[in-house]
Formats: sequence, C-alpha cells, structure tokens
Amino acid sequence: MADMSHAMKSPRYAGRRRRNAIAKSLAWIATAFGLGWLVLILGILLIEGIGGLSLSVFTENTPPPGSAGGLLNAITGSLIITILAVLIGTPIGILAGTYLAEYGRHSKLSSVVRFINDILLSAPSIVVGLFIYEIMVAPMGHFSGWAGAVALAVIVIPVVVRTTEDMLTLVPDTLREAAASIGLPRALMIMRIAYRAALAGIVTGVLLAVARISGETAPLLFTALNNQFFSVDMNAPMPSLPVVIFQFALSPYAEWQKLAWSGALLITVAVLALSIIARSLTASRKSS
Amino acid sequence: MTITNGHGLATAVPVATHAKVDTAGLPEKVSIKNLEFFYGDSRALKGITLSLYANKTTAFIGPSGCGKSTLLRILNRMYDLYPGQRATGEVLFDGDNLLRADQDINLLRARIGMVFQKPTPFPMSIYENIAFGIRLYESLPKAEIDARVESALRRAALWDEVKDKLNANGQSLSGGQQQRLCIARTVAVKPEVILFDEPCSALDPISTAKIEELIDELKQDYTIVIVTHNMQQAARVSDFTAFMYLGELIEFGATETLFTTPKDSRTQAYITGRFG
Amino acid sequence: MDSGEQNVTDMTLRSSSVSAAEAASRSAVLRRLRLTDLVFHGLTRGAALAVLALLSGVIIALILGAAPALGTFGFSFLFDESWNPVTEKFGAVAPIYGTLVTSAIAMLIAVPVGLMIAFFLTELCPKPLRRPIGIAIELLAGIPSIIYGIWGLFIFAPFLQKHIQPFLIDAFEPIPVLNALFAGPPYGIGMGTAGLILAIMVLPFVTSISRDVFDAVPPVLKEAAYGVGCTTWEVFRYVVLPFTRVGVIGGFMLGLGRALGETMAVTFVIGNAHHVSASLFAPGTTISASIANEFTEAVGDLYTSSLVALGLILFVITFIVLAIARYMLLRLQQQGR
Repeated sequence: MADMSHAMKSPRYAGRRRRNAIAKSLAWIATAFGLGWLVLILGILLIEGIGGLSLSVFTENTPPPGSAGGLLNAITGSLIITILAVLIGTPIGILAGTYLAEYGRHSKLSSVVRFINDILLSAPSIVVGLFIYEIMVAPMGHFSGWAGAVALAVIVIPVVVRTTEDMLTLVPDTLREAAASIGLPRALMIMRIAYRAALAGIVTGVLLAVARISGETAPLLFTALNNQFFSVDMNAPMPSLPVVIFQFALSPYAEWQKLAWSGALLITVAVLALSIIARSLTASRKSS
Repeated sequence: MTITNGHGLATAVPVATHAKVDTAGLPEKVSIKNLEFFYGDSRALKGITLSLYANKTTAFIGPSGCGKSTLLRILNRMYDLYPGQRATGEVLFDGDNLLRADQDINLLRARIGMVFQKPTPFPMSIYENIAFGIRLYESLPKAEIDARVESALRRAALWDEVKDKLNANGQSLSGGQQQRLCIARTVAVKPEVILFDEPCSALDPISTAKIEELIDELKQDYTIVIVTHNMQQAARVSDFTAFMYLGELIEFGATETLFTTPKDSRTQAYITGRFG
Repeated sequence: MDSGEQNVTDMTLRSSSVSAAEAASRSAVLRRLRLTDLVFHGLTRGAALAVLALLSGVIIALILGAAPALGTFGFSFLFDESWNPVTEKFGAVAPIYGTLVTSAIAMLIAVPVGLMIAFFLTELCPKPLRRPIGIAIELLAGIPSIIYGIWGLFIFAPFLQKHIQPFLIDAFEPIPVLNALFAGPPYGIGMGTAGLILAIMVLPFVTSISRDVFDAVPPVLKEAAYGVGCTTWEVFRYVVLPFTRVGVIGGFMLGLGRALGETMAVTFVIGNAHHVSASLFAPGTTISASIANEFTEAVGDLYTSSLVALGLILFVITFIVLAIARYMLLRLQQQGR
C-alpha cells in the first residue's frame, strides 16, 4: 500500500496522468469541433433555405436576372438525369460486382478490376466531366442531357460495383454449395439465391450512388450544361439543380442567390434522406 | 458391447442391429478407385479405393482433417466451385466416371444430393425452398408441384410442423427443422445418392435423433453416405464404415465388424477414444 | 405416420427413381441452363472489363484532349506561371501550386482532428452515443460539395474577412515568414479559406477510416497494455496507433485524394486568380477550379486543350495518391489475415 501511493505521487506518474487528461480533453474538443461544423452548416442552410422556399419554387422555371421565379426546370432536369444515370450505371455495376464476387473471385482480372474500381471510386469527378466532354459533347457538337446522364453513370458504376461485391461476398459459401447440391447452375444460383440474400445491401449501394450523384455538379458543368427553360429533350442542354445553384450563387442578383439557397436546401435534404434510408436498410439487415 | 474411452471409463455403444452383411453380393452404386485429391500442391487424399453399396448407409469417420469431408465433396464434385482443387483416379457412379472433364456437373449433382453441416435454407419461403428445385427440371401444373412439395416434406418428417405456414420464410424455422427442410429439398429433386456432411453437428440431441431416424428410413430408397465425427452416430446409422486418417483410408468394412474387431491398430485407437 | 400419408410419399417419390424419359428431359433443361450460365458469365465478365475500359478511356481521352497544349508548350507547361487567353500562353504552375497548398492546409487540420475524433469514438465515447456521433460525422461526408461552396462563399468567407483575417494580419505583421504567409488585404476568399473548407470536407473520411481500423485492433492487445498500467492515451499512442499505422496512412491518402480533386467547394471560395502568391489570404486557383470556371467559356482549341491538360495532371496526381492509399489499405487487410 505504501509502495503504491509512493508510485502514484511520483512526478513521472503525475506527468503521464496530465498528458492523458490533456489528450482526452483534446479528443472531446475535436469531436465538438467536427459536430459543430455539421450543426453550423445544416443550421444556416435551413435558415437561408426555408426563407426562400415557397410553392413557386416548384411550379415556376428559373427566372431571368432580377425577377422572381422557381426551380421547376432544374428539379425536373436533375430528376431525369439522375434516373437515367442510375438506369445506365446500375446494371453494369451489378454485373461487374457479380463477376468480382462470383465468377472471377480469385482471378487475376478481378484483382486488377477491383483496384481500378477503387481508384474510379474516388477519382475527381471533374475529370469525369472532361472525359464525357471529349467522347460525347465534342464529337456530337453540342451539350446534351444524355452527356450529363452518362457522366453521372460513370460515377454510379464504381459505387455499385463495390457494394455489390461486398454484399455478395457476405453471402455464405454454404448457401452457394447448397444451391449447387441440387444441381443449380451458377447463373441461377446467383440470380435466384445470392441476389436475393444480398438484396438489401445491393439496394443500399444503389441508394448511396443516387445520393452521391444528386449533389454532383462538376461532371455536369460541361456535359448537360444548363438551360434557362423547361426542357425534357435529352439531346439538348438540360438544366440541373446543382448547376443552377452554382450559376445563381455566384451571380450578383439577390433573387438568384435566394433561389440558390433554396435549391441547396432541397438537395441536402434529398441526399441526407437517401443516405439515412440506405443506412437503415443495411442496419436492419445486420441485426436480423 | 463396451468400449473403453481415454479415461478408462466404459461407455456403452449401441451398434446397428441389422444383420451382418456380406459385401460380396451387394450391388455397387459408387466405386472409388485409386482416388487422389489436391489442394493446390498439397495432397489431401492418397490412393482411396472404396465401394458404396446401393441402399446402404456408409459412414466416413476419422479425426478432423483426415479428409473425410474432402472425400464426400468429391462425390458431387463440390470442389469444382473452388479454383486450385483437383482430383485424379476414378469414381464410378453406376459405371460412369464422374471425374471425367465432360461430366455434366449439374446433372450429376441432381442425382447425388447433399445435406450440409449447418442448415442452409434458401432465402425464400418454405414452399419455395422445395418447389424451386422441382421447377428447375420439370414444368408441372401447380397441383402436382403442391403434391411433390407435400410428399417431400412428409418424407423429411416435417410436414405436420409446417403445413400451416408454408409461406413463412425458411430461415424462420428452428435449426432442426431447417435441417429437415434441407433434406426435403434434396429429396424433392429425386436423387439416387444423398451425402450428409456432419448433418447433426449444429443440432441439439432431440433434433439429432430425428435426423438419424430419418436417415435410417431414407436408406430404403437412396444410397446414403454420412460424414460424422461422432462415432456413436456412425455406429447407430450406418451399415458400413470407412475409417480415414491423414488422407488415407485405413479400414473399411461392415460397421459392426469395424467397431467390434478392428483390424488396424489406428482404428482401434480411434474408436476407443485414444485420439481424435 | 398413418398409411394415407405413406401413400402420398409412395406415389410421388418413393416408387419413382428418375426414369429414362425424365433423365432425357433433365439433360435438355440443363443444356438450356448451361447456355444461360454461359451468357450470364459473359455478361458479368464484359461488365468487369467495361470498368477497365472506363479507366483506360478516361486516360486516353485526356491524353488526346491535352495533346495540342502539351505539343505546343512541351514540358514548360509544367513550369510556366502565365495563363493568358489573349496571347494564348498557358502554364500550369499556379493551379498546381494552389491545389497542393489548399490540400496541404486541409490535411494539416483534418488529420490531427480526425485522429482525435476517432480516438474519442473508439476509446472515450459512451456506448450509446458512439453510433449517433459516428453517423453525424459521416453525414458531413454526405453533404454535397456545392453546399460547402455556397456556405463558404456567403457565410464563412465574410466571417473570416471581418473577424479573423484582419486580426491575424496585424498579429503576424512583425514576424518574418509568418507576415508573408498572412499578408493582407483580407478578401475573405482565397487559398486559406479554400483549405479550411476542404479540411471540413476531408475530416469525415479521415475519421471514419481511422475509426474502422482502430476498431479492428484485437482487444487482447489493448488489454495487455492496460494490464501493465498504461493510461488510455498511452494505449492509443503506443499500441493502437503503431498497430494500425498502415491503415491510418491509407485513410489519409484517401482523404488527400479527395482534397486534391475536390472542385465545387473550392471554386466558390478560391478567387480564381492565376498567380502564385505566398500569402494564404491571396486569391489563387486550383486545377479543378480553373477547369470548372473556365472550360465552358474557353475560346480556341489551345485554351480548351490547356484545361484538359490540367485535368490530365490532376488525374495523374490523384491516381498516384489513391493507388498508394489502396495499396496501404490492402496491406493492412493482408496483415489482418
């Protein structure tokens, strides 16, 4: 007992305890710092965004400078481009993810594709915009909704590939063997058994991809460009919410800036809702 | 009969009561000849030669890692799912070498069914779990499929427990019920041989008893192979037993003979509980 | 089992082992299924190859697009600061400099803060709060970058301009080096502001990867350290951190890749000025901001091509950084096995 209290009083031990206390406080402060930004950003977004939110935001098109209007054409354009991007990107992503997890799990090709896919997953999205500009916009001679959708599809693919592979890998091999044991060929095992077992996870991946692209601006800047008017012509420039926000926020007109805040709020709510839904899907899957 | 285990305590081991069978006159369903198996470069099975007799139950026993599961998984070419695994030698199934490269593996697997260590119900309803395999090969009217599903479930002694909840998810059943569902699923495809890979190791004693009873009944229609690490189980359910050790077949014979008068000292040591 | 039940079984299963006719139909079915399998296998493999084609396509398209500029300027493109659309003289020094400086600021802030948050989440945080806080931090990663941009432009930059920058400029005025780094006038927007915004964006990446690798430390290892009387901090500093070093560095690299390529948040607040300035308060540009701001307005092939060349440089830099990140994380995985 005497020995111990001696050790505790030694200056060396006191120093260690002090360092420990300091580190712990720093950790608390760092966390508060991180959460503080979230609160600040979302709070101000809510205040600024709700102020400008009215029915006309959803019923009117983007106005000329200096007058009031809405975001109808931008919202419509965003929806169309996003849906098309998902329709183009998801099948390719799921198929490629299936190859990595099933047919080619141990193949050389798979390890290369896996590596490349991870790079694409975090590659700068503006580069994707340049790529689509070079292969679609420049040869076709004009900006178009299609180019925007394909650009976003390029961003969807790696996200879906990754989650599909991860989720299929979680399907136990015993289930694959059981399917094989009743004479099920591999394709049917995958389509009827493995996909079903991994469904929630794959859907999560698609939702995360949607969340990711619905806020993407850079790849659309010089693919879909923008359009002041309501347009559903995929061969013509098409407006989108993020690009309109970009243009309006940097403009000197108060009405435009206000609409930019409203648009920003809409996108953020949509993106956060999507990622929370996606999370809860996998969370319930894990707990079951 | 008594067997002395490692602690010197005598344990009664019930031995199958069926009459002692002479192997000579029995029809061979599968005959394994000089079989070798490789995981990459390492040899897991060495020169196995063994016959499986029609409508009999054969048990593979031995300490873990002896190759008994490996041998079982060769019989329906399950190893084909994984790269770097290969088998040489001959496994004649009704006279046809099932190892040959142009063997139709899916057809083979429909003829040689398998039940696994852990229950593996598919992620679908109880009904679908069984109907799925049937529909794969045959396009039948709904009523006929219903009848097939029912008879398969009856065959697996599960019908009475699930007839009111056929649309419930297969994974909602208890472990023992799931395992019987898997047996029903296997039976529904009309196999000729059924392989059991330690089918009771994840089950409680009551479920285990049910499955063992079932295996005994199934024998009338199918040739059965069971891998088990439980010697009592082998003694209870099998007609023939193969004892394997370090990738080799040490001894094969009628179960009763092997358990009462083993010829090899290693068999003797294993069944008396001195290792494994 | 009564005899009625027995009959059902008899009729449908027991009596009938597979007949010859059935066997024939089975193999017909299986032939069809094998074709399905072949087609499906081909499709998945094709999709996997498409991922490879995508990357090669990006590289080839960028190289072809950049060729006129690189052909005209050669290697001097990398060392020239001028950026003049009128005389058609272009050099990448300013955007490269801006990209590196803003990313460096971001990492200098995000790495220590992110590590401390991960330390908090894995060692200090009360259990019930762990998940909500973790999710909240990850939500920061989910907010689209354009939101950071608009927020930075309207809220953060004016705040810095009014309250922080004048103070820093005055405070560091007499100190050499620092007075160059924090030289006025306070615009609000500029490289420092862009770096700060990037730090907030990168923070969740660093945090969540660090937390994941810290969580993967075997409890026995930590318990052993506690057993010899280590404090929480010492366990973290001398056991957890060294053990997870490779993974943590992988996480940093991933965050760095993010920071280097981030476009919109930076474009709003950097000021888009093509010159190299020592002061963090001076407006500058980054590769991605230059492309975003100028690409649609670029007149003439050489201008466009120079912007694509910038894109190529960005892609090469991020490719290298991300490849290192993936390699590190891969090594950690193998070490874990």
